[in-house]
Amino acid sequence: MTITKNSLVEVIHDEVGLNKREAKEFIEEFFEMIKGTLEEGNDIKFSGFGNFTLREKVARPGRNPKTGENVTISERRVVTFKSGLKLKNKLEAYDGKSE
Amino acid sequence: MVLNRSELISKLSSKFKSFTASDIDYSVKKILEHISKSLYSGDRVEVRGFGTFSLHNHNSRTARNPKTGELVALEKRNSVHFKPSKELKSRVNNKN
Repeated sequence: MTITKNSLVEVIHDEVGLNKREAKEFIEEFFEMIKGTLEEGNDIKFSGFGNFTLREKVARPGRNPKTGENVTISERRVVTFKSGLKLKNKLEAYDGKSE
Repeated sequence: MVLNRSELISKLSSKFKSFTASDIDYSVKKILEHISKSLYSGDRVEVRGFGTFSLHNHNSRTARNPKTGELVALEKRNSVHFKPSKELKSRVNNKN
């Protein structure tokens, strides 16, 4: 099953007691603020959950896998996520298959 | 610069003035908790416009300590993988 924003809205509505419109607005803004923070070039840390960090990638030669053509992959900035210890430890308990 | 949870919460409070501090705090906690819980029950978490969290399984294997050359047994483990959305990818990359 895939979790989307709607299920987050339900959780916030049920457990915090915000109405659904407020919950939706809040969730949108929460993710928007994370995106805005990263866009400004700042990392973001949630202790226990994990960190979103920016990494600068240098340009490197690559190839278009479809056409075989050589191309240069330009330098760019990417977002990486590293899970925190608490989340990591909990995950060890899970022994199923991911999708 | 690094932003942490409490700084994000104070930014959210200045935007949602009618919400109580504890509602904001609790909501942020619940969002992260819900993502975590979904992951460790084996679900992917897809947040449109933001990105997708999924689990990657790693089988047990023997590896080497690169410094000493010693063999080390690594146990089977899971890790969280985050794939940023197209929007997030292009926004962090906007160098203008």
